[in-house]
Amino acid sequence: MPKTIEEINAKIKAGKAVVVNAEEVIGIVREKGIARSAVDIDVVTTGTFAPMCSSGIYFNIGHSKPRIKLEAARTYLNDVPAYSGFAAIDIMLGATALPESDPRNKIHPGDFNYGGGHVIEELVSGKDVCLSAATYGTDCYPRKKLETWINIRDLNDAVLYNFRNAYQNYNVAVNVSDKTIYTYLGILKPRMGNAVYCCAGQLSPLLNDPWYKTIGIGTRVFLGGGSGYIAWPGTQFNPSVPRTEAGIPKRGAATLSLIGDLKNMQPRWLRGVSMQGYGVSLSVGVGIPIPVLNEEILAHTAVTDDDIPATIIDYSRDYPQNLPDVLGEVTYAQLRSGRIRFNNRDIPTASLSSYSRALEIANILKEWMNQGAFLLSQPVTPLPGIESGLAFKPLNYRPVERNNSS
Amino acid sequence: MKVSRKIVLHFPARLVEEAIAYRLVKEYNLQFNILKASIIPDSEGFIVLELTGEQEDYDRGVRFLTKIGVNIEALSQNVVRNEDKCTHCGACLTVCPTGAFEIEPGTRRVLFMHDRCIACSMCLKACPPRAMELHF
Repeated sequence: MPKTIEEINAKIKAGKAVVVNAEEVIGIVREKGIARSAVDIDVVTTGTFAPMCSSGIYFNIGHSKPRIKLEAARTYLNDVPAYSGFAAIDIMLGATALPESDPRNKIHPGDFNYGGGHVIEELVSGKDVCLSAATYGTDCYPRKKLETWINIRDLNDAVLYNFRNAYQNYNVAVNVSDKTIYTYLGILKPRMGNAVYCCAGQLSPLLNDPWYKTIGIGTRVFLGGGSGYIAWPGTQFNPSVPRTEAGIPKRGAATLSLIGDLKNMQPRWLRGVSMQGYGVSLSVGVGIPIPVLNEEILAHTAVTDDDIPATIIDYSRDYPQNLPDVLGEVTYAQLRSGRIRFNNRDIPTASLSSYSRALEIANILKEWMNQGAFLLSQPVTPLPGIESGLAFKPLNYRPVERNNSS
Repeated sequence: MKVSRKIVLHFPARLVEEAIAYRLVKEYNLQFNILKASIIPDSEGFIVLELTGEQEDYDRGVRFLTKIGVNIEALSQNVVRNEDKCTHCGACLTVCPTGAFEIEPGTRRVLFMHDRCIACSMCLKACPPRAMELHF
């Protein structure tokens, strides 16, 4: 008997909904079968916690006396450059921004101790952040300089808005060269001395709903410790990658654009991170509830790490040169065993995505629903599926010819 | 009273082929655990040791080492994990040369086995949330 989101919400309000996490559902389906489990279970909760670079915040600071407009200002938050090319006092900060004084990779590998992700974490923690801005004056906005402490409690609006989160599957990075390399997937030892992956596998939201049957625009989610929404497909949305027979994408496929009230979030789930030799980012906690509307949806949530393949990519040559080469495939079960067997060698594995934190998120979401504190939302419109033909294209590079005489 | 200390022994080339560890055990009743070593015949070498035994034996053993020309330094650096910062991702696992990090089965939390740590500091900058700290 198919269920509706309204029926499940009524059960959540009555404290009668059966909510399990995406790990627990595997055992339940094994024991009871899909048909029985689809009747018994109302919601399956998922989670992921990993660096998600395309994340950022925007906020409104309120007007100063006299007024200043930051529209064309140079604006900094704890010396990290922010973007304020909006109406007067709206400011946006990206997770990967770096202070201009940061030495970058001048002495390789650079440390990248502090940047946008860390400012976001401090703001969410309730710490004061130094805003400094310089611009030109106008008749209606005469002030030219502003330097002040700001605090999240005083901001009019503070919103986490991420262009691209929660990648549906991801690369496994190795280094086939003879020297250590420093990447956004961490330190990669020479001659395939290690392999690094970054995905919550069987707990990952979009791997539990591979065809986006329930996860759509308008879906209410756990975001950064508070609740948020799916605002749009994420950038680089790419549903048409190769898939397994069960529909699991073998490469990075769908992504999500997420939005939520920063004031309700917690630093435990928004953590500034430093990638040596690469840059800074923000680890973001995301959890998505999957309503068990029918057997097909339930069957997808029973996916295990054995069923999910990931693609091994060389980050010493193929990735930087944007070559299509793939070295091989492994499953998340193999990756999580601590070693993968590849080319007759045992390669130790490490993860950048925290499985234990992903599980914690799935359990928090479960708890919220058990307490009746979190209701499911009906998506407004679905995410583009494979039938959309949507594909992530490389840059159409067209060199600009300059006239040297002018 | 029993003591256990982590120390770094620097050997001159002439001592590299001496059975020093054997004598520490046999003549001074000390237990040792080699945490890190670099010993190449005919050149200088070092061993990072955890030396355990009665205080009296420990002191005698250290006097013996000093007398024969081994330079001893306390392993004063100590790597500790800031539990508030660690997110249990596991980026440290393949960076640590002594395997001091392990994934706990079940919870999949990252365990830090301090007794295996040789304070080499490799994990400090490999940790994205910078949870590993060097204390002196």
